[in-house]
Amino acid sequence: MVQKLNLLKESASQTAGPYVHIGCVPNFCGIEGVYPEDLGASMLSEKTQGERIKITGKVIDGTGTPLKDVMLEIWQADHNGLYPAANEHRGEADPNFTGWGRCPGDYVSGEYTFNTIKPGIVPFFDGRPMAPHITFWIVARGINVGLHTRMYFPEEEAANAADPILTRLEHQVRVPTLIGKKTGEGEYSFDIVLQGENETVFFDI
Amino acid sequence: MKSNQKPNLGGYFPRDRVRHPDAYTPWYKTSVVRSPTKALISMNNTLSEITGPVFGHSMLGDLDNDLMLNYAGAGESAIGQRIIVHGRVLDETGRGVPDCLIEVWQANAGGRYRHAKESYVAALDPNFGGCGRCITDEDGNYSFRTIKPGAYPWPNGPNDWRPAHIHFSLFGHAFAQRLITQMYFEGDPMIPYCPIIRTISDQDAVQDLIAPLDMANTIPMDARAYKFDIVLRGRRSTMFENRMEGN
Repeated sequence: MVQKLNLLKESASQTAGPYVHIGCVPNFCGIEGVYPEDLGASMLSEKTQGERIKITGKVIDGTGTPLKDVMLEIWQADHNGLYPAANEHRGEADPNFTGWGRCPGDYVSGEYTFNTIKPGIVPFFDGRPMAPHITFWIVARGINVGLHTRMYFPEEEAANAADPILTRLEHQVRVPTLIGKKTGEGEYSFDIVLQGENETVFFDI
Repeated sequence: MKSNQKPNLGGYFPRDRVRHPDAYTPWYKTSVVRSPTKALISMNNTLSEITGPVFGHSMLGDLDNDLMLNYAGAGESAIGQRIIVHGRVLDETGRGVPDCLIEVWQANAGGRYRHAKESYVAALDPNFGGCGRCITDEDGNYSFRTIKPGAYPWPNGPNDWRPAHIHFSLFGHAFAQRLITQMYFEGDPMIPYCPIIRTISDQDAVQDLIAPLDMANTIPMDARAYKFDIVLRGRRSTMFENRMEGN
């Protein structure tokens, strides 16, 4: 006999379902007066430091149809590469930036929009720099476990080419699924494809 | 901090994907075209995964965790069986998770959601919105007051019904711990028939989503209690994290 590890097991995930809005963005779905505003609707204030960017996109199923009941969350560093988190020990992140955003897909088009800033560089666990990136988390009816991915920036060619995560992907042909498209000054589009030829890379983090 | 202690940069215990549902579960039809077909790419946690947003207790309103009253008119209250849902958020090492934002949503007592895309004939309750939230205390404890949700039919198979359930969204201390799940009620005969519960093949994992009736915490002449503990991923806490030798 040996000592017992006494570890618990993570609770199993279940789909967010079609009515995720009620719990997470009630004002968006017409349940007003319970919370003053939906969490994650705004990441910025006028005082936030850094380059303003806008990211729009859709989450697309295996038939090419955008999901109209999806909800996305993003998590990112501030313009200096610091996270506005309780356990950020490298310095103090911009107090006027939340780092976290939440947006439901539009009921008709499925489109999402995040108004944020371009993140700075965050070190990999071995100290090498990671290229600027934003973590995305996607939940919806029919998605049994929330999906994690990242968006990188197309103008960061050199940094992307040295990024410890992007360079270790065996199938380099899939790297473009993790890079947003520049559609204008400070504007990017980033579609997330759940299945098929251009299936987005999802991570087991 | 002692000289041999460093900030905890430990990654989170890997997610046990065998215990979680598969992505492709064709008896839950919507999953068929929404499930990735390629393997997830594993990566060690970086700062981007071991950090997460902070939510302060000060953002909460007095009725945020009282679904019976938080959408009700003055002097009114939601219709249904009065219940307390309470428990602890723990991590896989058994420690309570403090300051964890929990958001819940549910159907009303008749099984009807307050949502534009909902088409079930059961009546709306004008005094029930269906959302609530709270933040765990220093030991990881939380509690909500609500009404027991009804079962309802949904378009999947020709005659599929969801058992009574409450949706839970949880933030731990890291984005790697982010989780959405559902709580079910002890003794519900609909549980074995539910295609969504059956996305989980591990029966122990299913049982861990079923809240027992908690008579000890039931308030006499008022509300029954159900106890629902939720476990988030644990975190490595050894001092020897994976980094360049010599750093």
